[in-house]
Amino acid sequence: MRQLRIVILKEFYHILRDSRTLLILFGLPLVQILLFGFAITNEIKGAKMAVVDASGDDISREMVQRLTASDYFIYQGRAGSREEVLHLFREGKIKMALFIPPNLQRDFYHGEATEIQLLADATDPNTATTLVNYATAIINDYQLEKLDAQDAPFQIKTELTMRYNPLLKSVYLFVPGVMTVILMLVSAMMTSIALTREKELGTMEVLLVSPLQPPFIIIGKVIPYFILGMVNATLIVTLGVLVFGMPVQGSWLLLGAETILFILTSLALGILISTRTDSQQVAMMMSLMALMLPTIILSGFIFPIESMPRPLQLLSNIIPAKWFIIILRNIMLKGVGFDFVWRETLILFGMFSFFTLLSIRNFKTRLA
Amino acid sequence: MTTHPPALVFDNIHKSFGPVTALEGVSLEIGRGELFGLIGPDGAGKTTLMRILTTLLLPDQGAAQVLGYDVIKQWRNIRREVGYMPGRFSLYQDLSVAENLHFFATLFGTTVAENYDLIRDIYEQLEPFRKRRAGKLSGGMKQKLALCCALVHRPQILFLDEPTTGVDPVSRQEFWQILNRLQDQGITIFVSTPYMDEASLCDRVALIQDGHFLAVDKPGALAASYEHPLYAVKARDRFRLLQDVRQWPPTYQAFPFGEQLHLSTRTEIDPQQLVGYLTQQGHQEITVTPTAPTIEDRFMELMTH
Repeated sequence: MRQLRIVILKEFYHILRDSRTLLILFGLPLVQILLFGFAITNEIKGAKMAVVDASGDDISREMVQRLTASDYFIYQGRAGSREEVLHLFREGKIKMALFIPPNLQRDFYHGEATEIQLLADATDPNTATTLVNYATAIINDYQLEKLDAQDAPFQIKTELTMRYNPLLKSVYLFVPGVMTVILMLVSAMMTSIALTREKELGTMEVLLVSPLQPPFIIIGKVIPYFILGMVNATLIVTLGVLVFGMPVQGSWLLLGAETILFILTSLALGILISTRTDSQQVAMMMSLMALMLPTIILSGFIFPIESMPRPLQLLSNIIPAKWFIIILRNIMLKGVGFDFVWRETLILFGMFSFFTLLSIRNFKTRLA
Repeated sequence: MTTHPPALVFDNIHKSFGPVTALEGVSLEIGRGELFGLIGPDGAGKTTLMRILTTLLLPDQGAAQVLGYDVIKQWRNIRREVGYMPGRFSLYQDLSVAENLHFFATLFGTTVAENYDLIRDIYEQLEPFRKRRAGKLSGGMKQKLALCCALVHRPQILFLDEPTTGVDPVSRQEFWQILNRLQDQGITIFVSTPYMDEASLCDRVALIQDGHFLAVDKPGALAASYEHPLYAVKARDRFRLLQDVRQWPPTYQAFPFGEQLHLSTRTEIDPQQLVGYLTQQGHQEITVTPTAPTIEDRFMELMTH
């Protein structure tokens, strides 16, 4: 086994001596998780808001206070008229405006229908929708609270609870996603490149004409990437937990075991790619096109699978990342045990076995 | 079994890559301890033959045994016993000299110390650079390191694919001296080269072109088998000289040979006859001297006739 050990050691030399490889291995996960955690987020904070208050009574003032007390809105000031608000919108000074009709307090306590109008800048429709939803929720809340206090005879309360992620934090979404993408990158792309590099530089020739059996050459070269995958997974989870307060409700052991399974699946994919080409360039392109893009787009990491057209939904089933993300979310957020993720685990395991068998079948003990 | 099987035997080896035929039925037997040269131009099929013998490629047809092991069925045994140095520099450029050597020694289940006596001569020249990355070595040094790595497990047979291509003349000469010393240690060496002048340094050579062996013999015998009268011709304008000499009716073949021209004629001629012809063509500083044939003359003849 000295032979295997020296191949592993040699691969570590390659990795540690190439600054670009190091950057991809350790810089990328760090940047991605921080970027997704801090910058790229679908929460909206501090949207500027103007108010046209025709009532000017306690109720209207309290309502505005409620809105601006949240992190979501910043009170930009009162506006006199509709025209003034439109002007502010055009200048880009506000994202949302609130119109309060006259006599809000009177109508409110007399149970008469009143209408509050929300106006949002929909040049970015997602932001507009989110803002309107936030505002509506806050106003409804306030209204219910007031009515409750009044002890009104008839009232229907809708109580919304967002399970598993009550604050709808986007970091809960991104930590599993980034982890999946990075593991795919490290395990599949980096291994396929490392293996094809030996072929491209001609060193595979020398390795083959040696007593070390070809499967061990592969295993020796792949083990470092397995270790690095584990290091990366640990790094990402640690960052998620410590910096972003990502919970891990379920078993750490199960989380670790599932991560190992996914890394192995990705490694098998990387080996499979390397059996198909002799050029680093092609290996990289194949990894990017065939693995990274589907992993990012079709895995449910960024775009929900449920809202995809049917053919894409079906296609997403063959993407290992989809199942791993489901498993991760279940373990980390819902805190469920193996009995709830065994199906996804089985699918991943099936994929792992399939890719491994295919790699073995495609593997050449000679050059051609 | 009375004796060892021969170091290398192959019979009627064919190999093609799609429409391109690389080898068309080559056969040979090489004895233990022989220094055998495979001489031929680029694209003759040298590397393909090397790769078949080192179990890296399968022949389409024909059989081959290395140290008595079949290259198709017993490739594992062969890979344990041979040393192989591919044509391209195939060491790890980002590993140092010492690390490369240690890696290959360990890969073959041995240590540098165990076989140090075999590589000492070569490694001593590399010693000052032992911490240097292999990629930063000069061409000659790289070849020496590659040879060390191919030798470190004391193989019984050494396959060297164009080890001196792209290496300066002094290093080339040194390299052949090293090969001679290895041969003295009992190692069989199968070396390919496009340089005709290296042929004379081998025990036997095979001339290969377009996947065929044109001749297999001792270098001296090959040169001696050249039967035409041969002259070394010189004049100031070498390019025009070649053209004019080829136009001359008695010429059998003519090709540049270093600074000179090697001209052979169909029958014995009087050198003055040629001098007269060339003077008539307006050449200056003409010298024509009879000379002994070399293996290159024989090769050119085999290639063109």
